[in-house]
Amino acid sequence: MNFQFPDIGPVIPELIMTAIALIVLLADLLIKKKEVLALFSIAGIAAVAYTLIGSSGVTFGGMFISDGYSTFFKLIFFVNVILSVLISIKYIVIEKVNFGEYYALILFSTTGMMIMASAADLIVLYLGLELMALSTYVLAGFIRHDIKSNEAALKYFLLGAFSTAFLLYGISMIYGLTGTTNIKAIALYISEKGLTGNLSLLLSVILFTVAFGFKIAAAPFHMWAPDVYEGAPTSITAFMSVGPKAAGFAVLGRVFMVAFVSVKVDWVAILIPISILTMGVGNIVALSQTNIKRMLAYSSIAHAGYALLGIICANNEGLASMMNYLMIYAFMNIGAFAVITMLRSEGFRGEDITDYEGLAKTHPLSAALMLIFMFSLTGIPPTAGFIGKLYIFMSAINAGYTWLVVIAVIFSAISAYFYLRIVMYMYMKEPKEVVTLTKSPSTGIALGVAAVAVLVIGIFPSFLVDLARAAIKGF
Amino acid sequence: MEYYLLIPFLPLAAFILNILLGKEVFREKAHWVSILAVVGSFIIAVATLFDVISGKTLNEDLYTWIVSGTFKASVGFLIDPLTAVMLIVVTTCSSLIQIYSIGYMHGDKGYYRFFAYMSLFTFCMLMLAMSNNFLQLYFGWEGVGLCSYFLIGYYFHKKSASDAGKKAFIVNRFGDFGFGLGVIIVFLTFGTLHYLPVFNNMTGIVGKTVHLLGFDVSLVTLIALLLFCGAVGKSAQIPLHVWLPDAMEGPTPVSALIHAATMVTAGVFLVARCSPIFNLSEVALIVVALTGAITALFAATIALVQKDIKRIIAYSTISQLGYMFLGCGVGAYAAGIFHLYTHAFFKALLFLCAGSVMHAMGGELNIQKMGGLKKYMPVTYLTFVLGSLSISGIPGFAGFFSKDEILWLAYSSPNPVGKFVWLLGTIAAFLTAFYSFRLIFLTFHGKFRGTHEQEHHLHESPKVMTIPLILLSIGAIAAGWVGIPHLLGGGAHFAEFLKSVLGHPEAHGTHNEEWMVMGISVIVGLSGIGLAAYMYLARTDIPVRLAKNFSSIYRTLFNKYYVDELYSFTIVRPTLWTAKNILIGFTDAKIIEGIVNGVPRLIGKFSGMLRKVQTGLVHHYATIIAAGAFFIIALAILLR
Repeated sequence: MNFQFPDIGPVIPELIMTAIALIVLLADLLIKKKEVLALFSIAGIAAVAYTLIGSSGVTFGGMFISDGYSTFFKLIFFVNVILSVLISIKYIVIEKVNFGEYYALILFSTTGMMIMASAADLIVLYLGLELMALSTYVLAGFIRHDIKSNEAALKYFLLGAFSTAFLLYGISMIYGLTGTTNIKAIALYISEKGLTGNLSLLLSVILFTVAFGFKIAAAPFHMWAPDVYEGAPTSITAFMSVGPKAAGFAVLGRVFMVAFVSVKVDWVAILIPISILTMGVGNIVALSQTNIKRMLAYSSIAHAGYALLGIICANNEGLASMMNYLMIYAFMNIGAFAVITMLRSEGFRGEDITDYEGLAKTHPLSAALMLIFMFSLTGIPPTAGFIGKLYIFMSAINAGYTWLVVIAVIFSAISAYFYLRIVMYMYMKEPKEVVTLTKSPSTGIALGVAAVAVLVIGIFPSFLVDLARAAIKGF
Repeated sequence: MEYYLLIPFLPLAAFILNILLGKEVFREKAHWVSILAVVGSFIIAVATLFDVISGKTLNEDLYTWIVSGTFKASVGFLIDPLTAVMLIVVTTCSSLIQIYSIGYMHGDKGYYRFFAYMSLFTFCMLMLAMSNNFLQLYFGWEGVGLCSYFLIGYYFHKKSASDAGKKAFIVNRFGDFGFGLGVIIVFLTFGTLHYLPVFNNMTGIVGKTVHLLGFDVSLVTLIALLLFCGAVGKSAQIPLHVWLPDAMEGPTPVSALIHAATMVTAGVFLVARCSPIFNLSEVALIVVALTGAITALFAATIALVQKDIKRIIAYSTISQLGYMFLGCGVGAYAAGIFHLYTHAFFKALLFLCAGSVMHAMGGELNIQKMGGLKKYMPVTYLTFVLGSLSISGIPGFAGFFSKDEILWLAYSSPNPVGKFVWLLGTIAAFLTAFYSFRLIFLTFHGKFRGTHEQEHHLHESPKVMTIPLILLSIGAIAAGWVGIPHLLGGGAHFAEFLKSVLGHPEAHGTHNEEWMVMGISVIVGLSGIGLAAYMYLARTDIPVRLAKNFSSIYRTLFNKYYVDELYSFTIVRPTLWTAKNILIGFTDAKIIEGIVNGVPRLIGKFSGMLRKVQTGLVHHYATIIAAGAFFIIALAILLR
């Protein structure tokens, strides 16, 4: 057999990312100050982001693809990982888990996401997904001395494994049906053989829906999210609420829009009730939460429901809006979590909604930032959240789903209640006790970046919108 | 011409700085930030004016916020002669009034807040004037309304002030509702909100009608009248004039800037800007002319008997705004804008003088309790007289040229109501001269009628207040000289300058007629002053006897024709009654609270169910995932 060394150009970012993660892991043995590792990771990610520019192409015999679509998602992952690392630096010290492998795991997880976004083959997809998931399971239980954190990790692991079984089952059925795991080849085979009405194909589409639905926390596969988000370290909750979700959307978009494009009608019909249920469960159950992390968990479920509308459009415009939405979501959600980590201090959890009472009087700047993020999550102009929702709703209307948008807007209106309740607590109630904020330069930078991004995207959206549109071209 | 961008954004920057840092950092120096910014804007506005005079214009989008199909929301600027005039008016008045405010607002608790809002207002007003599309116009329009609300209710601990703020806001809702509808119809008709394509395609819809409430209404007329609704609200014309007198609860510099010189003239600007629309609808023009003329006369009669110094000037503002609309209605847009421009100077001057008087009198507003202030405050007195001569249309002063141009163009206009509105305008001119000098004679002449304590405190205002008065009085005299009519040997430069935007009105009349109209206005102006002098200097018993003998007329005028009472009776009270008994008593208590309490109860139950589902047990969760999968599979197979 003639072995030819594959073109590694398209995969260079992933390679470097892995190398950085390994270096962090090794350097952890030598370096006492873990902040250095964090800064090294950020610098490394910046370098990886730079290598993205020239990395487009297909390699490993068509199993790995780097295109505009994957690059855009990788940018989301970088925003996610950089902001999460920034808010972690001080936070994990307070939680007394200031270990170096924390950063290594975050980097490995991000590498997994990147591989998912670039997967042109179901096996590669599975590989990336497992790398991401396994790292995240550990991160969720990173506060070893906290029973809630342990519980979160175990639940996440068990249910994650369960959902992976669905994925593997789906992959094996597709392989049995088409004799290939290559996403493009699957599409070709289905259309050539006229398998659109095939029952096994439909079955495997549903199995994929379950597995991906789990990753993006869509109802009814969302049950793990509130428990895991609440128990995990807050910085990891921020990380998980954006990264794995975005990665899930990346593979959902690629598999459904490429491999299963000829059975569009079927999976759209499946996704519509799922998105309605997701928005409904997310927004309604969030109303009655008293723990802010749990509330944001339900909020993140609801946002997955909105983003699903972009997939439901089943066209490039919808995908572009979905990507745009996820990027915006990364900034506003991690921004909100950054404020939450600041409330955590020695001997004070700061996770209860009532802890926010009168924050505007005691810490006006932090309250103002939280206000911006809450407005953005609600979707009030001129914040980025408005732009995200506007474009996603607009593409859904253009695709003919006006009634679905009406439902989404109603749920969006309901969501104002629980987001603005935080604002109300901060601005209209008297502080009951003095909350000391844990401030650190890195959290400050993360907050500043997130807030500026939310406002700038809200006022000058065309840059991001055009970027997403350009990324989707030739998909 | 790229530097023009700084004109609105300097005040915006000042607002941001002041609102963020004013309280902690700038404190009693907060005025510097705002004043430097607005003076900067003024200088650039002057440079822009020269550019425009040299023939440059500009119409470009700065950036696009949202694109959705054919809908495009963009920030764009249009710099043409009309904009240039507005820029000069806004930045000049804003600069001088803010400088004056250093003295007037000195020592106020919310000093930085005041200047921050003044900057924000200036920004919004400039955005409104510089816009090249209806959406940004609407943004600026609502923005100035919001600032007006903030500043009327500046002394928010005073109930009357916060009520007045609310009143202004609510009354403006009525007008803006129509305005908003007008903008929407423009978009639906033309598929764009930019002025240029809309105006260019306007002739294409002439003759089109829409079916409305059983009538066929011309589309052009409908658009024009809806836009005019907004103008009526913002510029306080009948029947939406009621908010402006109450708006005097705000600090006097606010009254001068927002409720005299700039914001309230936005309606006139809107009509002038949309002249290509109004020109195509005779009905709309007649409505505009009549509304203006009737308001001019109506407000002037109320001003005759009021006692509150600021309210008299407020009614005078309403009346003068009426003139501007009168001019626009007969197609003399340039004359309307000319009056807007001269009015800004003399009316800002009159308000600031009134503020100076209040400053000396310890906040007293009732002119019956003043008198003889001439010797205590000579600068205020002199400038007040100059402003009043200007508003009375005495030849040589700014007000004369603009008012005379409006009246002449009304008289000579082919508009069927031209002569009628000229007559109303001329009567109003007589009344204007009368009430303006009644105010002066009661305030500055005769004996002091206030308390001893007040008399003891009487003093001229500090320089920082009197210098803006002097500068404005120069404007009140000389501002009109740029528009001296051909008849008097001038070049009518102002109208020529605006001709490219606003066109040239048709005038059918001879030179003799023009002399006659001018002569009549001068005569009524002088006789108004003369009568005021006779009644309030020589025979002070006459006003008292008149009030007694014609008490019903006097009371009607003093109570402003009972319009507020009428609204209270027909709108406010029924609304409150409905709100209390139907909305709160029934809809709220039964329906909404039923839903509000019922839904949470339902959600509570639902939550309870979900909480049972959300057991925290992993195998339950796994079961649900599996059940979900099976459910979808079953459904998919069944529905095949």
